[in-house]
Amino acid sequence: MSTVNRAAGGTADYLDQRTGIGLAVKNFARKIFPDHWSFLLGEIALYSFVILIITGFFLTMFFVPSMGLITYEGPLASMDGVEMSEAFASTLVLSFEVTGGLLMRQIHHWAALLFMASIVTHMMRVFFTGAFRKPREINWLVGFVLMILGLAAGFTGYSLPDDVLSGNGLRITDGVVKSIPVVGSYMSYFVFGGEFPGEHIIPRLFTLHILVIPGLILALVGLHLFLVVLHKHTHFPGPGRTERNVVGFPLFPVYVAKAGGFFFVVFSVLALMGGTMTINPVWNYGPYDPSPVSAGAQPDWYMLFLEGALRLMPGAGTEWVVAGYTLSLNVLVPAVIVPGLLFTVLALYPFVEAWASGDKREHHVLDRPRNAPTRTASGVAILTAFGVLLAAGTNDLIATHFGVSINDITRVLRVLLFVAPVVAFITTKRLCLGLQRKDRELVLHGHETGRIVRFADGEYIEVHRPLDEYERWLRVHHQPVRPLELLPAEDERGVRRKGYRRDAFRARVSRFFFEDRVEPVTPTELAAAQSHGAHDALSAPEHGDSTLVEAVANIKPEHGGMPTGEVTRGPATPRH
Amino acid sequence: MSTDNSAQDLTVRDGASLPDRFENPGLPPHQQRMADVDPAASKRAERQVVALFAISVIGTIGFLVAYFALRPGESVESMRLSNVALGLSLFLAMFGIGAAAVHWAKTIMSDHEQQEARHPQRSDAEVRAGAVETLRIGAQESGVGRRGVLKGAVVSAVALVPLTFAVPLIGQVGGDWNVSKFRHTLWERGRRLVRDPSGEPIKASEVTIGSVYHVIPDGLREADHWIEEKAKAVVLMVRLDPRDLKESEERAGWSYDGIVAYSKICTHVGCPVALYEQQTHHLLCPCHQSTFDMADGARVVFGPASRPLPQLPITVDDEGYLVAQSDFTEPIGPSYWERLK
Amino acid sequence: MKAIAARRHHRLAPLLLLALALALTGALYAVLAPSASGTTTASDEDVEAGKALFQANCATCHGTDAEGREGAPSLIGVGAASVDFQVSTGRMPMQVNGPQAAAKPPQFDREQTDQLAAYVASLGSGPAIPTADQVDPAQGDAANGMALFRTNCAMCHGAIGAGGALSEGKYAPNLADSTPTEIYEAMLTGPQSMPVFNDANISPEEKRDIIAFLDEQRAGSPGGTSLGSIGPVGEAVWVWVVGMGLLIASAVWIGAKSS
Repeated sequence: MSTVNRAAGGTADYLDQRTGIGLAVKNFARKIFPDHWSFLLGEIALYSFVILIITGFFLTMFFVPSMGLITYEGPLASMDGVEMSEAFASTLVLSFEVTGGLLMRQIHHWAALLFMASIVTHMMRVFFTGAFRKPREINWLVGFVLMILGLAAGFTGYSLPDDVLSGNGLRITDGVVKSIPVVGSYMSYFVFGGEFPGEHIIPRLFTLHILVIPGLILALVGLHLFLVVLHKHTHFPGPGRTERNVVGFPLFPVYVAKAGGFFFVVFSVLALMGGTMTINPVWNYGPYDPSPVSAGAQPDWYMLFLEGALRLMPGAGTEWVVAGYTLSLNVLVPAVIVPGLLFTVLALYPFVEAWASGDKREHHVLDRPRNAPTRTASGVAILTAFGVLLAAGTNDLIATHFGVSINDITRVLRVLLFVAPVVAFITTKRLCLGLQRKDRELVLHGHETGRIVRFADGEYIEVHRPLDEYERWLRVHHQPVRPLELLPAEDERGVRRKGYRRDAFRARVSRFFFEDRVEPVTPTELAAAQSHGAHDALSAPEHGDSTLVEAVANIKPEHGGMPTGEVTRGPATPRH
Repeated sequence: MSTDNSAQDLTVRDGASLPDRFENPGLPPHQQRMADVDPAASKRAERQVVALFAISVIGTIGFLVAYFALRPGESVESMRLSNVALGLSLFLAMFGIGAAAVHWAKTIMSDHEQQEARHPQRSDAEVRAGAVETLRIGAQESGVGRRGVLKGAVVSAVALVPLTFAVPLIGQVGGDWNVSKFRHTLWERGRRLVRDPSGEPIKASEVTIGSVYHVIPDGLREADHWIEEKAKAVVLMVRLDPRDLKESEERAGWSYDGIVAYSKICTHVGCPVALYEQQTHHLLCPCHQSTFDMADGARVVFGPASRPLPQLPITVDDEGYLVAQSDFTEPIGPSYWERLK
Repeated sequence: MKAIAARRHHRLAPLLLLALALALTGALYAVLAPSASGTTTASDEDVEAGKALFQANCATCHGTDAEGREGAPSLIGVGAASVDFQVSTGRMPMQVNGPQAAAKPPQFDREQTDQLAAYVASLGSGPAIPTADQVDPAQGDAANGMALFRTNCAMCHGAIGAGGALSEGKYAPNLADSTPTEIYEAMLTGPQSMPVFNDANISPEEKRDIIAFLDEQRAGSPGGTSLGSIGPVGEAVWVWVVGMGLLIASAVWIGAKSS
């Protein structure tokens, strides 16, 4: 033991004399991280990425990124003696003839799907809890770019085996690129090095997939994590947690063990999936050939919304010819404009909300989603639109699995794409406000205990147990944002104010975000509620049962007619 | 606000005012774990952690055994066996470590919540002033403010230098940049229609009503860039009952005895459209479900495509084999900006 | 198959045995399962019996002389293969009107089906029921079969025959449970929405290659469960259900306080 200690001490001394690492260790080893399951979603993404690099390294040792044609000879009868590109052939070799190669390939592909799934889930967590607010807007943008890079990494990797399925995906990409006005044809040549498919695309995608994109991701992951450490992690509201502290467990040893352990858990789940569940069986699709296509032609899940958008767009009358030039709105709208809009809204949301609230404070305590009804509802609306597009992308499978007409599904989804997000927005917002009112109710009147007591005069009441201060704090801590007030159009001398129209617009946006809200219970309100209870309690002896006094102190408000958290509407008192 | 009345009531009654907001009550009291109070539980937790690490070791050994003993072999079954054995043992090897570390952290390591203070991100005023001053001194020492020509020279040199990279790249990355190749395919007068992929020519008499043929031009494999040519030249050919066939006047001679041939490349985004429904004469694209009516000039009847599929004019040669009359009369595949130019 | 024994049998003897056992099972299955009906020449009694069955069960829609009515095609010249396919897969007699006639448990036994086929074949010449030899997967070339399947069939039936959607509620069925004879007959006769692939388009040998390819799919996937072979959407569902499901469960466990 002492030898180990001496060796460790020696190494530490050696390093510290040359790097001064002692200071960093002292500062960071006991850094506090808060505990919550949803804070691990980003870690799933990080670990998937590490696993992608490990398994990807294995794959590059055997994969040949060439479109040169060879005749493959191998164990699978349907592939034996078939002419195919070297990329496809080497994919077969590393799947069938390299022991463990198929496992690595399947883990790699599952990890790619999981990478995107966890990024999106992590993004949802950050969105719905308001973790993107000041000072974390920049980190939201870094995360957003990471998501786009994740899409790019997935897309470039998916196409590498040069199979029929991914080849048709590339062909769709080519069609989309060609639809771009003015430069479309040239961009197609730019991508493919000439006419589709050419012989350059696989090597080009390979370089992007194994060098450029992972390099960028790695750099941005570094920045992402650096900013997390710099800002210190947000924490959920709760007793003892404030904007000025972070409550949790030290990095060393608790988070080294928990987060380190979670890496292995993620790897184990991916090993389980890679070992037992087939993914992207390219030998079923066959080597790329421009003529065939198979039913169930879909991209991986993270691209499915684009496929859905392309499927939903009606074609009739949407190709315009302007002065002899062709404008394909049937492609441009779903494949360029819809995702462009979706991504722009996502990237800019933190800035829009900050502008609408006029809030310049730092926020380190997260919002409960119910306490930000408009944000939560907007998020759910975006997810609903995304869900409709996913459904559209799978319409053929919905048709066969549920025995409905594919044409009917498409027609219904065309309508739903516009209707469902609105319905989702309204429903979610109502739900959030309802939940807030429920919180108020609970704070004011306590838990229902299920105990019914009868007074001597025959009156029945249910006994309520009041919340303790820790339970209560969670439900009263928040400070709802109030809409910005619009200053009058003219100043006191009757001169029209500069920038009034802009302010009016801003006030309208602000009202959209923050007009409907439920204020948390104040101590005054609680005291009032309890005094009504006390009133009953005081009169309780008249009922002739003194043992009920304490229990009755927290009865429901029906007797008292207390305000029960009406939704507040309209202009509000200025803040700050 | 709706709460005003009751608040007044209360103030009047109690004669004391209450704060506007609740106070943060501070961290709740720490709850002891079983392992903290019961030495036996602590001992048990330690044994569990050890057992989990042991599972990992067993998994690793199992993986190595599976690697040496279960090669993928030549059959689907042996490949699957190898994959499943490796996957499950890798699962154990990884899960053992992961679960052990987490269990250790949860049951043995201290679970006292700790606090760390946060500080505003903003630097304080003094630091900011120092930063501004530093930059000002630097700018002054460089003299960049006084020397306009120098500024211009720096900007132009730095702005121009990327051209050394961009020009050669853009000049060559798109091949010959000759985008007019989209207009032409291998089809020409007299070129035979042959079956894909076997390359056998097709006698018109052999094409029965309700048949569908996937067709490529004869001699495709001998062409330069045959895959690119195939990507443009693939054709779908069907024979319809002549009574069902509607033909426009200008295309009257483009079919042969009810046999029609259309480009297989979708006018939407270029998927091969190939699902031919014999009874309705509809051709459906499996990618985005554009549906074309083969009996009516490949008119779009559903889906995101806007234009009919281009038709290949066909006839038969002296031996009765189907041949093309000419190339397509319009560019095949998805639309692009200068398509009609 | 020979190479493996030469190179590796000393290390892998037990596995090879296992593989052989599996292969043998597969081979036996392949030989025994199809039970192709063969083309024994039909006797006059069969034709008579078939006619009686036809009048009782089919004539309402297809007409007393099989000349066809509105919505039901003429059966003159469709051949025995068509009748065998439609009746032995239970598609005919059709019970409910729908986008297309669905496969269901057959209503007639083997003998009655043969009699019906013999009767319809006697009305006009058409494709005959294929012989056992013609549909024997062991004699086909799976690689060529796959190339042909990819070009001619996969767009409707999916890459390995898991089925797919057509327009207006119609669909291309899953081929996993189709016998080689049924597959052959379907190609030859083009039932319902399916186009006809006559012998000039896909030769009898090529049809057998396709059958060999589809037969090979019965061995399943080398990568584990096939997840229905429906492509990336299946994978999408599973990565969310299994992957994210297990990991979120783990995250909840990690984040929860120990008791």
